[in-house]
Amino acid sequence: MSSSTSAKQAAPASTRAKPANKAEAAADYLDGRLGIYSLAKANLRKIFPDHWSFMLGEICLYTFIIIILTGVYLTLFFKPSMGEVVYNGSYAPLNGIKMSEAYASTLNISFEVRGGLLIRQIHHWAAIVFVAAMFVHMMRVFFTGAFRKPREINWIFGFLLLFLGFFDGFLGYSLPDDLLSGTGIRFMEGAILAVPLVGTYISFFLFGGEFPGTDIVPRFFTIHVLLIPGVMLGLLVAHLILVFYHKHTQWAGPGRTEKNVVGMPLMPVYMAKAGGFFFLVFGIIAAMSAIASVNPVWAYGPYRPDQVSTDAQPDWYMGFAEGLIRVMPGWEVRAWGHTLNLGVFIPLMLFPLVLVAIAVYPFIESWITGDKREHHILDRPRNAPVRTALGAAWISLYLVLLSGGGNDLIATHFHLSLNDITYFVRVGSFVVPVIVYIVTKRWCLGLQRRDKEKVLHGRETGVIKRLPHGEFIEVHAQLPQERLHTLTSHEQYEPVELPAETDENGVARKVGLVTKTRAKLSEGMFGEGSQIPKPTVEEHQEITSGHGHH
Amino acid sequence: MSHDMSDDKLPQAHDASDAHGDVAVTDNPFADPGLPAHQPRRTDIDERAAKRAERQVSLMFLVSMLATVGFIASYVAIDPDKIVYIFPLGHISALNFALGMTLGVALFCIGAGAVHWARTLMSDVELPAERHPIEADDEVRADVIEQFKTGAAESGFGRRKMIRNTLIGSMALVPLSGVVLLRDLGPLPEKKLDVTAWNEATPAAPIRLVNMNTDEPLKAEDVAVGSLTFAKPGPSASRPAGLQESDEDFQQAIAKDALMLIRIQPDDIKDANSKALGFEGVLAYSKICTHVGCPISLYEQQTHHALCPCHQSTFDLSDGARVIFGPAGHPLPQLKITTDASGYLIATQGFNAPVGPSFWERSA
Repeated sequence: MSSSTSAKQAAPASTRAKPANKAEAAADYLDGRLGIYSLAKANLRKIFPDHWSFMLGEICLYTFIIIILTGVYLTLFFKPSMGEVVYNGSYAPLNGIKMSEAYASTLNISFEVRGGLLIRQIHHWAAIVFVAAMFVHMMRVFFTGAFRKPREINWIFGFLLLFLGFFDGFLGYSLPDDLLSGTGIRFMEGAILAVPLVGTYISFFLFGGEFPGTDIVPRFFTIHVLLIPGVMLGLLVAHLILVFYHKHTQWAGPGRTEKNVVGMPLMPVYMAKAGGFFFLVFGIIAAMSAIASVNPVWAYGPYRPDQVSTDAQPDWYMGFAEGLIRVMPGWEVRAWGHTLNLGVFIPLMLFPLVLVAIAVYPFIESWITGDKREHHILDRPRNAPVRTALGAAWISLYLVLLSGGGNDLIATHFHLSLNDITYFVRVGSFVVPVIVYIVTKRWCLGLQRRDKEKVLHGRETGVIKRLPHGEFIEVHAQLPQERLHTLTSHEQYEPVELPAETDENGVARKVGLVTKTRAKLSEGMFGEGSQIPKPTVEEHQEITSGHGHH
Repeated sequence: MSHDMSDDKLPQAHDASDAHGDVAVTDNPFADPGLPAHQPRRTDIDERAAKRAERQVSLMFLVSMLATVGFIASYVAIDPDKIVYIFPLGHISALNFALGMTLGVALFCIGAGAVHWARTLMSDVELPAERHPIEADDEVRADVIEQFKTGAAESGFGRRKMIRNTLIGSMALVPLSGVVLLRDLGPLPEKKLDVTAWNEATPAAPIRLVNMNTDEPLKAEDVAVGSLTFAKPGPSASRPAGLQESDEDFQQAIAKDALMLIRIQPDDIKDANSKALGFEGVLAYSKICTHVGCPISLYEQQTHHALCPCHQSTFDLSDGARVIFGPAGHPLPQLKITTDASGYLIATQGFNAPVGPSFWERSA
């Protein structure tokens, strides 16, 4: 056969030099199949800027990984079933009591599976830290203006992750089917029933009939472990790809511009720091889980719809929704044989709206500024007083509603009247954010003035000097150029002005409502009362040239 | 975005791309002086400090190894039932504490070692990298749009309107099958939310009120003034043994049927209708809050106020369970009760309104 001759022909040799060692040989093998060298070329020494607040997003990522790892472990032992069993396990107080398999297996994980309690606690603690970290990470991005072009879409991804995190947390703590979580599900059922037209249908389809039925735990389980985490994983990967693609934002400083990024390379510094930080986060959460018990379901007992414990509280991140429902007056409209339960329906609608308010902010701001440039240098919060004040007002609203959600705990711990707290929250939800807005904005302006003062007159040295004619002065020292640059490099927008009422031919110009609104908002954001003009080079020179008074 | 606003209101971008160290510092004190020079750390210049840092990092990794061994030893050696007293935590599971602390130390030390290594021994020289605009340049843009137009023209999508429109129509309709498939998740509500087990009661076939705790039928004298008694339905045609915890649908039934009984001096009852529905001052209300359905369990005997611990809706039980505080929208439903020949409390008809939270179809 002719094949024997062709087989003897030497294969064309690779043009690549022989690898120096086994590691290089392995890398060459992978490169020939996956193209890893081209990937690594762009990323191995990728630069990451450093600032403590940039680690907040890392905490989110790491706690998410911890949640997935521990969650998989828990699925090996948890039985997502509402089938009834009589408990006969090592937790004596509940022996002989009827309960669902879900609750019994949660007790089993907590008392019989060695290390099961620890993993359950790590899972729950990591979830709490995850949502908290997402919040604080989002605040960092908000207050520094890091959400501006080109990162608006990543802001939306982050927002969706927060929103889904809320719901997956709620579903997660509903699964053990203990008295507290069952009460939470009952609350959800009541809220769904308040939806006009379709509420009862959604409720019956969700619960597989009347509340509570036997379907809800297995259904929640699938949504909690598969559907929502799957979507979140996809969003998370997209979020990270965009962070890589956009490159990280950085603070203003010497040598830092909109066109570069200054920091340390991924390999080795950032790998060691970020990789090490994962272990720090995991280690701290493990230690927390060893010493601080969260959600001791055995203390609540199994769920029964006719029983309840006092201070029934959801996890804190649902606390503001709880507050909305607690402080709302019980408005009900009955007409034409139908009931519209506004007392529950309005909070149900406000709950997503409070959250969506932050989701749409980047688009509102870019519409008002009309700024379509890319931004990579962060704003100091004081240099964007209106944005900072809006963020602070939002947080205060959140906290007011959260205290409404914990009104019973506040009442018992601080010996206050429960009713008074509720009345305070009803009024406070409208008043407190306004006060916080005004105070924060003035505070930012004060800080801007201080920056200007520092740039023009230098910093106080604490050295008191007596002049020949007897006057005492404090010596001010010029700031070094690095500081001067950092303090003066921020951008300042000018408010948009309305076009003249008539055009150049004297014909009345039509100015639409949208244009007028935009001009008003722009004036509010960048007008005289909302920013202190930056010091100019001329001002600085006039003062430092010797004509000034010190 | 509207074009009526000109760009001249945008700030002058401080385009300091050329600011790499050697700008004319003299005429602009605010100019970017460029990256500051690298300041060496102690470990960069002192080999002994570097050695010490190396030992510290290794020590942390070593502690991590020991902690992992401790974790495995705890797992094997400690009885899961063992409870220990640890100040200030109190009585806690020994196994949970030992596993959590060893795992925590094992993980933390890896992290602390890696971070310490990076901070002391790896280079801390800051390097700049250039950014490139995200947007493609005009040439690429024009090229891609041209290619897309070619592709679109070849498909004939814009030209063959009938195909386009029917495609859009079919794509719009096909998700409906997914929605329709969800129909069998549950039965239709029908009138199920309007009725409870008590609706079966008639004057001819009354249902006794059974004490929730003792499982015994209740007499009026069993309900003391100032106390709160919980009751469930006794034997009926469809449930000859009465509602039992062992019943398959117990949870679903008790979610609607639970009663709370109180006794008020008849003269103190403010609402005449409510008084008529009771028996000698014994009043039977639904235990399920009309707000979102939590069971009400806090009763203040002096004021006859009942409070739901979930959202603090407060009802005046002496006044037809009127809502006096909180988010509930309507009074608690009341059950008309009387006694039978043997003196047991009975119901002869259902609640005077649907129990539980409001819903759209609720008419009463």
